[in-house]
Amino acid sequence: MSIEMIANFAYILSAALFIFGLKMLGSPATARRGNLLSSVGMLIAVVAGLTAEGIVSYEYIIGGILIGTIIGALAARLVSMTSMPEMVALFNGSGGAASLLVGWSTLYGGDVSTFTAVTVLIAILIGGVTFTGSLIAYGKLSETINSAALVFTGQRVVNSLLLVAIVYCGYMFAVDPAADSQWLYAMLGLALVLGVMAVIPIGGADMPVVISLLNSYSGLAACAAGFAINNNILIVAGSLVGAAGIILTNIMCKAMNRSLANVLFSGFGAVKQGKAIEGEVKPISVEDAYYLFEAASNVCFVPGYGMAVAQAQHVVKELGEILENNGAEVSYAIHPVAGRMPGHMNVLLAEADVPYEQLVEMDDINPRIENVDIAVVIGANDVVNPSAREDEDSPIWGMPIINVDKARTVFVLKRSMASGFSGVDNPLFFGENTRMLFGDAKESISGVIAEFG
Amino acid sequence: MEIVFLTFILVLSIFLGFELISKVPATLHTPLMSGANAISGITLAGAFLTAGMVGSEIGAWLGAAAVTFATINVVGGYLVTDRMLGMFKSKSGGGK
Repeated sequence: MSIEMIANFAYILSAALFIFGLKMLGSPATARRGNLLSSVGMLIAVVAGLTAEGIVSYEYIIGGILIGTIIGALAARLVSMTSMPEMVALFNGSGGAASLLVGWSTLYGGDVSTFTAVTVLIAILIGGVTFTGSLIAYGKLSETINSAALVFTGQRVVNSLLLVAIVYCGYMFAVDPAADSQWLYAMLGLALVLGVMAVIPIGGADMPVVISLLNSYSGLAACAAGFAINNNILIVAGSLVGAAGIILTNIMCKAMNRSLANVLFSGFGAVKQGKAIEGEVKPISVEDAYYLFEAASNVCFVPGYGMAVAQAQHVVKELGEILENNGAEVSYAIHPVAGRMPGHMNVLLAEADVPYEQLVEMDDINPRIENVDIAVVIGANDVVNPSAREDEDSPIWGMPIINVDKARTVFVLKRSMASGFSGVDNPLFFGENTRMLFGDAKESISGVIAEFG
Repeated sequence: MEIVFLTFILVLSIFLGFELISKVPATLHTPLMSGANAISGITLAGAFLTAGMVGSEIGAWLGAAAVTFATINVVGGYLVTDRMLGMFKSKSGGGK
């Protein structure tokens, strides 16, 4: 049996391990072992890849692995859970860059067929878009650049011209593929520009969709690179990742009641103004909040991005524990798009040691929300906005929400009376059973805990 | 025939991916993404080929850069996923 044959069998084994690993991600109890299994699969694939025919010098490989390991390990160790969306955005970008470079460097391996040239182009295009798109997403998430949607007149014209230019350059390159072709360089530049153009019109609140989509792209780029170098494992692994990203994108879009096209092109903003809301805001003091908490037998926390900003997850969990010891049933209801990436809130609460049984999804809490004595909204706004249900003119009309307004009492922890990320007014704040607990979320909750003490 | 064969693999894997991932609960969506990131570092296996050729200096440098980026994905992705999943604990204590 030749070495190549053995390597290919090893690829089958690692593909099976990836699949098992993903399957075990289906439950928090087995997920960690699943991840380990998947990493063993990766190790096997990497070793098999090293035996490939044609590798004669190992200096570049070893150097690259060393630098990559140091950067990757440091990043994984040092990143805080709050910054996880930024981290994933950068990883997406690095995956895209890797696929772009593999595609590009393939051209230096000798004459290429038209089929290979086309797959190289696709790898460069998807990889390039993923790379710069992820960098912009990172900038928006970390607020290095303005996270608001940037829309300008003629944007669509510019984008259409970009696409036409890409198709033209791609065609010119495919007819006469060469590593030093000017069409190739043009293609590289255009792909990078397209990535920037694709993400700038998308606002910060829509980032869960963008990250999921870029995640999917990074997989598809690996797929394209796999086609370019005729490697099965790249195609299998890449399409698994691609499928994961697309499913998440779809879940995020559904949770906002918007189509993907709407998220990508419209730039959420003052499209329509909902009904002006009139009413009285009823503030509550920490002390009064304590009395209500003390008497409550069913409390549900509804966290949003504001909890991450205030770093309030640890005090929230502390309060949750006190309430439980006080005999109350405590749960944490998490909207699919709460936070800046899918599952963001779950990770933060898990970090604060909240057992995963207490993390409930929107569809589980809504049918029994009437039994909740106190719903505590921490830094969430649009995902609990009743306008989505009641006001047909509202920009978020139709979006599935957590119906906290149907709970017996709602506490809204809020810094001040500004509207949420989407700039939509929230009638919840004026509700009959709503009490506003103004101030920093972390301080307010610490205050309540002190009252219990 | 090669093209047909590769496309065959592509299509089947996409269907398999859809089946597998639609079963992942919302709680685990962030680890799913970072884990998927790690898997997309599979490009590493391809990057070796180009980084290890002697034919062209530029090609080898591009390959080396690809190896670096893909390694960041693999190492960083798996480690950070493991770190996150280690935090998910069950109520009955224990964790794991």
